[in-house]
Parts: sequence; structure tokens; C-alpha cells
Amino acid sequence: MAEQKASTSIEAVESGLAAQGYIASRQIATAVYLSQQIEKPILVEGPAGVGKTELAKAIAAWRGMKMIRLQCYEGLDEAKALYEWKYAKQLLYTQILKDKLGEVLGGAQTLHAALEQLHDFGDVFFSKEFVEPRPLLQALEQPGGCVLLIDEIDKSDAEFESLLLEILSDFQVTIPELGTVSAITPPTVILTSNSERDLGDALKRRCLHLHIGFPEQRLEERIVESRIPGISQTLRRQMVGFIHEIRSLDLKKLPSVSETIDWARVLVLLQASELDTEIVKDTLNVLLKYEADIEAAHPQITTFIAKAARSNVFG
Amino acid sequence: MRENLHRFFRAARGAGVHVSPAESVDAMRAVAQVGLTDRAILRDALLLTLAKSQDEKLALGDCFDLFFSQPEPRQDQPEANSDDASQDADQQADQSPSSGPVSEPGEGQPPESLGPLAQMLLSQDRNAIQAAIASASGAASLSDIRYSTQRGMFSSRILDAMGLQRLRDDLDALTATNPSLAERLRAALDALREAVRDTVSQGLALYAREEAENLRNDILRNAPLARIERRQVAEMRALIRQIARRLRERYSKPRKRQRRGHLDVRRTLRRNAAWGGIPFLTAWKRKHRDRPKIVALCDVSGSVAQVSDFFLLLIHSLHEVVDDVRSFAFSSHLIEVSEILEKKSPEEAMAEIMSKVGFGSSDYGSSLVDFEKDFMSTLTPQTTVIVLGDARSNNLDPRADILRRISERSKRLVWLNPEGRLAWGFGDSEMPRYATFCSVVRQCATAQQLERAVSDIVATYQ
Repeated sequence: MAEQKASTSIEAVESGLAAQGYIASRQIATAVYLSQQIEKPILVEGPAGVGKTELAKAIAAWRGMKMIRLQCYEGLDEAKALYEWKYAKQLLYTQILKDKLGEVLGGAQTLHAALEQLHDFGDVFFSKEFVEPRPLLQALEQPGGCVLLIDEIDKSDAEFESLLLEILSDFQVTIPELGTVSAITPPTVILTSNSERDLGDALKRRCLHLHIGFPEQRLEERIVESRIPGISQTLRRQMVGFIHEIRSLDLKKLPSVSETIDWARVLVLLQASELDTEIVKDTLNVLLKYEADIEAAHPQITTFIAKAARSNVFG
Repeated sequence: MRENLHRFFRAARGAGVHVSPAESVDAMRAVAQVGLTDRAILRDALLLTLAKSQDEKLALGDCFDLFFSQPEPRQDQPEANSDDASQDADQQADQSPSSGPVSEPGEGQPPESLGPLAQMLLSQDRNAIQAAIASASGAASLSDIRYSTQRGMFSSRILDAMGLQRLRDDLDALTATNPSLAERLRAALDALREAVRDTVSQGLALYAREEAENLRNDILRNAPLARIERRQVAEMRALIRQIARRLRERYSKPRKRQRRGHLDVRRTLRRNAAWGGIPFLTAWKRKHRDRPKIVALCDVSGSVAQVSDFFLLLIHSLHEVVDDVRSFAFSSHLIEVSEILEKKSPEEAMAEIMSKVGFGSSDYGSSLVDFEKDFMSTLTPQTTVIVLGDARSNNLDPRADILRRISERSKRLVWLNPEGRLAWGFGDSEMPRYATFCSVVRQCATAQQLERAVSDIVATYQ
């Protein structure tokens, strides 16, 4: 069992996550701290690519725990998320039982006694032996606790949400044939959502609600700094400033932090020391994912670069 | 502080954030963990535990800032108990001038004979005054304020709790002995009144929003659409849109999974032939569910002009909930308006429809003829037909026979009439004649009735 660090204070959370390369805003750190202290899952909402999934990974790495990930999608059900019976194994055992039937029932004189003995075997088939744990059950069974990431919960069906409720509030799950399985150590649960559909109130009730938006300029600079250590300060400031300008446009998909990091990588690879129109034009496709968006941004590039450069002087 | 947090929860409810008892317990636990010293962290903690969406977060953030911009009632003072406080005030008022100094005398300090409030005002200690206002508003239970009409009452309650009576006596005494000081005191009192009025307004903004909004919505919901005042129209529109959104949320959820019916024995056996007929894989009969098909006929003639606005708005929202809606508008003749309603914003669509067919005198007969001639084929046995109108046909031939044929071709025929049942059949109302062919006839004069009617219609398809 790996050594676990408890989150003792908000600052400790912040520095702990930073050590894993995740620069958390105070809001995020507070949420992680609170979720630990009052044992509540965190529901993280926000646009794609701002580091919702990363947060779960960072927590797991920092606290030295295993991360179990459940990717949600339409049609995800109990059998894939929670547990399933090992049908094949059960079938195999039935065959064996069939062969050994004579021995098992050897002593029984009457039909009634035979049935009694068979009943005992019936229960065997619905025992822990034959349960195939899926991510949610696995998470509860981790002796040292774990980080359970339920990714893109908004993609799943409304019924699936109800399935989660028991786990989220009591960290336990009820299997009809076996009874209730409770967590040995309550897992740290992170749910993420892109708000594709509205989640139910019951689910929201059970979680701390954290919204991660686009970071402020300073924070984003720190994120870039921690992710791409080789980047020069001027370039870092300029590109983050430029991206903030881009985000003010009315685009189909605004660039988020993951795009910022990709772009920074590309710029470093191209050995750019500062932004200029040419290089931005050439690499704009890293930032913007739609042809229409690129076209919309094109005429603004020069102004944005100038603005970003100017803000540097005063910033 | 517990008291303070509870007041904050109440303020949060006022700001439109639903704070259930369980949530307030969570918030309490969270606050116990992070402590109260760091306001920014306290704000984060409350936002995390109470708000359940980004909108709620913004509202709650504003509410937090407003709430904590008020100075807290001082800890050393007994918590909001109006009896105690008013007793206090009485005692202060009863104190005779010679009963001893209340504040230490200093350079240029006001005469000792004055009451504590006068002393405080004259010494111009703003912090002390603010704190006194805060504790007095606690004593006057300002958090119970609900309506703007209560402002005066709460102001005077707070002033009384601060010892206004005594101050008046002082003023009287001073006018005779020291007019210039009396003048100063009077000015200070005016300033105090203003400060108290601000505090009360702030309290009203914090605590009364919920009540006011609920009350207004409640009144609107049950107000007859035809008699909405001009200034309420915008609010009513917002309300109807809210209703439409609720309908949409309730009924437009993607329901991918078909509801399972009974076991399909034949298919199950066939599918499991490979395992010697042991049913490992089951097959189920599927329940067939109709897709909603709605045809809406909306009267936009002069007699129902007020209401038809809202009818159109609702049909507009129906287009968002249900895929297969065809809408028609008529007064003396009938046109299809589905496309206008689908492509344009509600306001534009309504303006265009009204300019095309609106405000005329209604002729149900010829409108029905128009419908039968061009659009009868749109009706299938799955269609629900909704007619919105008052069935007043200006004594022209109602052509109820066409309505009968419409009814026969469709699944259901629902008539929503903005007039009360009492008026049906009187004057030129053809309602009784039409009603015989309708599956459902409802009065539909308020937003609430409108919501129920549409909700029923959509629900039958779920």
C-alpha cells in the first residue's frame, strides 16, 4: 500500500497538486480539501480541456493512490459499470455439478432430501466467486482507497445517475443476491461533466459543485510554466495574452488550457522566441479546431498580437 | 455565527439558490472545516457546497458579497432577541441624565449629560455607529423583512432599538441650552436615518427577493391572460417562456431505450437454439410508442388578440419540445405558420403572423374550410389536434361538420378556450356545438391552465 498524504490544509493541497504539475486555483484547492474533510464527491463542470480529468489524475498521483476511471457513454449500464455475473464460469460449474450430481446426491434417499442438498449448491452460484467487479465495485474494494474518476457523466443516461446515488452518498453498493458491499476506505470521487445535459438534482445534491472555467491570465501562465519549463518568459506572456484575446471572440470552440499547452509545445519546437504574424498564422490550427473559427480569427491576428505585446509592458 | 450562517442561507434562497436543510448541514460542516477568518475561502466553501450550477454560483457570489458587506452584529452583544434589545433601549431612555457617563470624556467631547446615542453621534465614531446599526437591526429582526412596504416600519424599529427616544429628549434639552450643538446633533440624526434606511434597503434586497418573486409569479400565473396590464406583459412572456423551458426539460429528454414489454417466447427460443433451448439470451416484446404529432390551430382574431400572443408563444415552444408540430393561424382565413415559428425568434414570429392574419374578425367556418381544403391530409390517427380560440364566429356558419371530420381523422381533438365556461354558448359562441366533437375541452385563461393543458397533451405521448 502506497503511502498516503492526507490533505491537511488548503495550502497543502495546492502545493501537493503543484508538485504533480497541476496548478490549481484556490477554488479548486478548496474543493479538494473539503471533499476530503467532509467526504463528498466533487462534481467538476466546465468547458472541454480545462483540466477536469487532469485534476483527478493529479490527486491520485499526489496522494499515491490508484486511479480507477469510468468513462461514461450513452447506454452505459450496471453490468459495465458496477458488476456482472460470470456467466461462463457459472455455466462451467453447472456442467461439473451435473457430472458430480450422483456423488452429491448420493446420500439422499428421498426427493425432498435431494432438493435440500441441491439448494445449498444453488447459493454457491451467486456468491462473490462469480461476481466480476467493474470500475465502481473495484473502487469500493480497494483496501487503501483510490481516486474514482467518473468521466463525462453527462454522456450517460439519466437512469445511470440513479445507479450512482447509493455509491456517492454512502460509498456502498447493494447487490441483490449478495447484500451490501461497503467501501473499505471511501474513495475520492471526481465526476466530470461538460453540461451536455442537465444532471439530476439528487446527484448534484450529493456532490460539491466545482466549476472550472478558463483560468485567469496569471494562472494560465503558471500552468504553461510548469508544463513546458523550456519556454521563455516573453513568449509565455505573449501567447497567453494572445489566447485570452482569442477567447473574447465568438467562436464555435474556444481554445482551452489543453490547447494552450499544445500550442506552447509547438512554439517551443519551432524555436520561436516571440509571437509574430507569420508564426501565428502557421500554427493557428493547433489552437482552433474549426475552419470557420480560423477564418474568423484570421483578420484579428495582428491586432491581438499587438495587444498581447502591449499588455506585457504594463503587466 | 451559526445564526449568521442561517441568515445567509435565507438570503441565498432569496437569491434563487435552493438551499435544502441537508445542504445547509453540509455547508455548516464545510465552514467548520475552513473556519471563518479567511473570507475568500469561506466564500469558496459556501459556493462549493450550496450552488449547484454556474448561474447559481454567480447569484450566490453576489449574495455573499452583499451579505458580508454588512457589518456583523457584534459577538459580545446578546444575539438577536428583540425583547432584550427593546428593554435595553427602554433602560437607556429611562436613565436620568445624572446616572453617570456612558463614554469616557475626552478633549472636546460632548457634554456628559447626553444619552449614549447622542454621545456616539457627536463623537462621530463611524465604526461604532455601524456596529450599533447592525446590532439594532439584529434586534429588530431585519431578516424577517419581506415586502418593500415594511421599510418604514423596520427603519423606525431599528432607530427605536438604538435609543431614538432618548435622543429626542436630549435634542429638546439642548435646543434650549446649546443651540449650536443641537444643530449638529440634528444633522447627525438625519445622517443616521439615512444610514438606517440604506441598511433596511439592503436587508430588503437580501431577504425579500424570494418572497416577492414567488408572490409575483404566483399572481401572474393565475391572472387571466386577457386582462394582463401592459407593464406585466414582459413579465408574463418571461413566465410563459419559463413554463416552456420546464416542459422542454421534462419531455425532450432523449429516451433512447425502449421500454421493455413482455417476454417474447418465440424469439427467445429461436435465439437460444444453439444452447439447446436454455434461455441465456432473452428477447422482449417492445412496447410501441407513438411519436408525438401535433397540429395546432390558433385563433388570432381581434377578440382574442391579447391571449393569442401567449398562445403563439406556447406553440412556439411546443415546436422545440415536439419534432412533429404543424401550426396554423387564422382569423377570417387560415394559413400555415409552422415555418415562421420554427425559423424566427418568438417576437419576430408573432409580429409576422399578426401582420399576416391577425386582428381580423374571426370566421371559424371559412377557416375550417381552408383547413379541410389544403391540410386535411396532414392528419393521421396519431395526430393530436389542438384548437386555441374562443369559438366566437360572428354568427357566421360554424361548419361544425368539418370539425367532426377532423375529429374522426385524428387521435384526439383538444379545444382550449380562453373564456370561462359560463360564457360558452352565449352570444355568438359556438362552443357547445363544437364541444360535441372534441375529446377534451378546457378553459385556458391563465398561464397555469395553459401549462397544465400542454403538459397533458405532451404527456400522453410519453
